[in-house]
Amino acid sequence: MTTQIPVAEELFTWPSDSPQLIGTRFPESGVTTFPQSKSCPKSGSENGERVLLPRQGTLWSWTVQGFLPKSPPYAGKETAKTFKPYGVGYIQLGNEVIVESRLTTAEASELKIGMDMELVIIPFSTDDDGNDLITYAFAPVKK
Amino acid sequence: MAEDVAIIGIGMHPFGRHDNTGMEMGAYAARAAMKDAGCDWSDVNYAFGGSASAGNADSMVSTLGLTGLPFINVANGCATGGSALISAYNAINAGAADVCMAIGFDKHEKGAFAPDPASHGVGQWYGDTGLMLTTQFFGMKIQRYMHQFGISESTLAKVAVKNFHNGSLNENAWRRKPLTEEEVLNSLMLSNPLTQYMFCSPGEGAVALVLARGDIAKKFQTKPVYLRSAVLRSRPFGSFEVFNSWLSPDRGNSPSVGAAAAAFKMAGMGPSDMDIVQVQDTESGAEIMHMAECGFCEDGEQEDLIQSGATNLDGRLPINTDGGCLANGEPIGASGLRQVYESALQLRGDAGTHQVPKPIKTAFTHVYGAPGISACTVLSN
Repeated sequence: MTTQIPVAEELFTWPSDSPQLIGTRFPESGVTTFPQSKSCPKSGSENGERVLLPRQGTLWSWTVQGFLPKSPPYAGKETAKTFKPYGVGYIQLGNEVIVESRLTTAEASELKIGMDMELVIIPFSTDDDGNDLITYAFAPVKK
Repeated sequence: MAEDVAIIGIGMHPFGRHDNTGMEMGAYAARAAMKDAGCDWSDVNYAFGGSASAGNADSMVSTLGLTGLPFINVANGCATGGSALISAYNAINAGAADVCMAIGFDKHEKGAFAPDPASHGVGQWYGDTGLMLTTQFFGMKIQRYMHQFGISESTLAKVAVKNFHNGSLNENAWRRKPLTEEEVLNSLMLSNPLTQYMFCSPGEGAVALVLARGDIAKKFQTKPVYLRSAVLRSRPFGSFEVFNSWLSPDRGNSPSVGAAAAAFKMAGMGPSDMDIVQVQDTESGAEIMHMAECGFCEDGEQEDLIQSGATNLDGRLPINTDGGCLANGEPIGASGLRQVYESALQLRGDAGTHQVPKPIKTAFTHVYGAPGISACTVLSN
């Protein structure tokens, strides 16, 4: 049986029926980072608090990765022949933070700046034991 | 200090793909710059140089001569050449040297860069999941800019057409073949909205400049070009840069805004005083955004300026007159110095087949790169 292994610890809550990204909020500057950070890049403060980020937001910008990224650093197992383009975007989560993410669609016609998006967890590769490596992504909210 | 630092010699190893090493190209450029200045290596009493992938610049002393001069290696990403130039400028202003060399060279393998997450201060997961590509950042920055300020895909393509045209006239350029707007738009989509021919490629090449105190410049060079300012800035909070897994909704300026403003202030001139402009065109969208970030127009005005040909060689404000990064490729260490080389060539009237037809008295250069640095210069006769 394959296990789902998150690409990194403390990136998102897992296992969970409604996973959330995990960031750090710095009360003094009002800055929220993603992922967690030991210090605030605005004030230099080290007084951050772990926060769970909103699961929904709006698309701030996007692109489509049209060619196979070099490995390393890419850990996907596709070849130039099997590679399928994937969407990448920035999603604004309220007034808190804008996070970068893979998108579940790579169709330019399905992506519009300002559209509603929600967090999902997707497999993006496998490890040497055949387990699924999973990461977060954002998907267009179904109307 | 307006006339204190002059460029008395310029040398370039043509950009492109070559059999010799990056270091050999650097030495070639250094010899060419000294020949242009009419000076010897023994006249150079300080040097600054660097490359991202082709070795330590200071080891070049075993090729050029073991004169014992201070030679400091500079490593500042895409601003390596610009940082070497600023260091040389400061050394002369500080009285530490009369004649100084700034040199940049590089040699990269084909295709997009494959950066190491740890050395950029981001988690391994970021590279693992396919987010660590500079090309994605460029696509997303111009995508949002086009949405906000009404820039068309045709305008994106016209920037590439212009730069490849300029490159076709420049014997030192790598890409000498002009392309049509249709060819640019119909080439492979690499990272929406940017196609293959809208991107520059990592490449190879070298540039060296010999600088001198202004009051001795004419002993070496009948047509010295004066460096009125040389400024570097790192990113302020809220700028949008490569390899950012998050941004603040409280948006701020790019480092180019601060670097350009400081360069103009130091030179006592403004954007409207510039006769020609070189800005970082890693891809078409970068040239468009840098026009506004450096103060040459308001956001959105690029659409009319570029469509009307104002940035062409014979336009009101010629931009990237040697073909820019698009036609020359990007050997990281040399790229910023190429812009200064080209500016000096144009200011002297020595650019030959790609000389701007109008008289040139002033020039501006702007280089930008990871992880959010910008270096600008203002030059004049």
